[in-house]
Amino acid sequence: MKHYSAFAVAREALRYHTGWERAWRSPQPKKRYDVIIVGAGGHGLATAYYLGKNYGIQNVAVIEKGWLGGGNTGRNTTIIRSNYLQDPSAAIYEKARGLYEDLSQDLNYNIMFSPRGVMMLAQTQHEIRGYQRTAHANALQGVQTEWITPERVKELVPIINIDGPRYPVLGALWQERGGTARHDAVAWGYARACSAMGMDIIQQCEVTGVRQENGRVVGVDTTKGAIDCEKLGIVVAGHSGQLAEMAGFRLPLEAIALQALVSEPIKPCMDVVVMANTVHGYMSQSDKGEMVIGGGTDGFNNYTQRGSFHHIEETVRALVETFPMISRLKMLRQWGGIVDMTGDRSPILSKTPLQGCFINGGWGTGGFKAIPGSGWGMAQLMATGHSPLTEAFSLDRFKEGRFIDESVAAGVAH
Amino acid sequence: MLILNCPYCGVDAEETELAAGGEAHLKRYGPGSSDGDFHDYLFMRENPKGVHFERWRHANGCGKWFHAARCTQTLEVFGTYSAQVFEPPQKIKDAITAKRPGWTWREFS
Ligand SMILES: Cc1cc2nc3c(=O)[nH]c(=O)nc-3n(C[C@H](O)[C@H](O)[C@H](O)COP(=O)(O)OP(=O)(O)OC[C@H]3O[C@@H](n4cnc5c(N)ncnc54)[C@H](O)[C@@H]3O)c2cc1C
Ligand SMILES: [Zn+2]
Repeated sequence: MKHYSAFAVAREALRYHTGWERAWRSPQPKKRYDVIIVGAGGHGLATAYYLGKNYGIQNVAVIEKGWLGGGNTGRNTTIIRSNYLQDPSAAIYEKARGLYEDLSQDLNYNIMFSPRGVMMLAQTQHEIRGYQRTAHANALQGVQTEWITPERVKELVPIINIDGPRYPVLGALWQERGGTARHDAVAWGYARACSAMGMDIIQQCEVTGVRQENGRVVGVDTTKGAIDCEKLGIVVAGHSGQLAEMAGFRLPLEAIALQALVSEPIKPCMDVVVMANTVHGYMSQSDKGEMVIGGGTDGFNNYTQRGSFHHIEETVRALVETFPMISRLKMLRQWGGIVDMTGDRSPILSKTPLQGCFINGGWGTGGFKAIPGSGWGMAQLMATGHSPLTEAFSLDRFKEGRFIDESVAAGVAH
Repeated sequence: MLILNCPYCGVDAEETELAAGGEAHLKRYGPGSSDGDFHDYLFMRENPKGVHFERWRHANGCGKWFHAARCTQTLEVFGTYSAQVFEPPQKIKDAITAKRPGWTWREFS
């Protein structure tokens, strides 16, 4: 792998950019790998990367039915924050946020991490109490957040209407080191680094079955033939239920569409991320100038990556009240992804009833921010059989009643 | 936009008139049941990529609950039927079989 640097850009400029090499190889699958990861989204690639980097396990394949980063990793609104309420969440999301800080240097790939600040508006009395509680919990967890007044909100976001008729802004939970990153680049950066370690990223290859002997995983069937492995990691977001079925167990989650949209590009007008959970909408401005907008999930089970239009309408209607200036904006594109929702709105990182088979899913509407931390913990779990980061997120928590209830803490997709 | 025919008032209702109620034909387990049954009842949905039975309410219409058979992979609607049944009527099953031969669901097919 050739190193990317300012010097490399200068060198290539002098020779008409003929020297850039492909960022990752596209090999044919080998007969056998130590570890196979199903799903080349951010979480699958990060898991592979930290298996190699932290544990020296490099005979790894990442198998992807479409193209890498083409799932939810390439469809999300890129919000990164770690101001969760419950301790296990704060631990894994803050680990991820910390890793994001210098991920560009670590991967030698510019993921454009922009810690511009994330603001969660309180627009009801209930939310004020909720967010003040979160701020206090965050203080104990060592996550830097603070409760700010409506005046400070207005100072940070001049385009906001803080005395709207229905839901005036009463304050906000502010995480200064939250922000955004370039989602594709996160997948591409990890893929390039994995490939450089000798790992195989096999795209256009669908896993169609999980092979097992005596209760142990021994490989997978794919559209490119059978491939053996010692350990298997299922990291397929919306398709977690499908893969679990192939492996012979069930998961407590459902697949639902979540949509987002972007406006025409305009001049810089808002340099932080704002989330308005009571009215169900959030917004940030991309480097290209587009307003990136998201809201709540659709209502019914769906695998089509298409949502219902009235949800877009609801989201925009909600935001127009708080940001009157966007009422004249044209919306350019709208899309959907299939998110895997668990009962307590927290992910599952766990061993499974099938020996040697691990699951990382259920990130639902908010897993982009978690990618580095999730990969870190999942790699530790797969390599050593235990990780303090993933422990609380095990599959048996539903049976044991140990929920990590974040639905109350967020109440909106993010 | 999803359009479902309400079997009670006969209206072809657009999604904005309806409220989704999740998976249908759940068997309810309560006090006295085993931990496993209670866990499955609370958390384990079928979540199929294909034929799905679900509950809907004609919320901004007649207000009644009803059932729908739908495909989660194509968004095709096979039909709607009364909420007062434990499994879909034969007519609905036949409509599904015509398009998805071999489909199955927990206790029936
Ligand atoms: C509209 C939208 C907005 C969002 N906004 C945010 C946000 O602002 N902040 C945030 O933190 N999160 C957000 N999320 C959530 C976030 O995108 C996801 O949690 C995260 O990207 C999941 O990553 P992943 O790697 O698990 O899944 P994915 O990126 O979906 O990767 C899974 C991969 O598995 C592959 N796969 C599936 N089945 C098979 C098979 N049988 N064989 C081989 N490969 C298979 C798929 O093709 C896919 O590429 C949003 C999601 C959506 C849809
Ligand atoms: Zn009706």
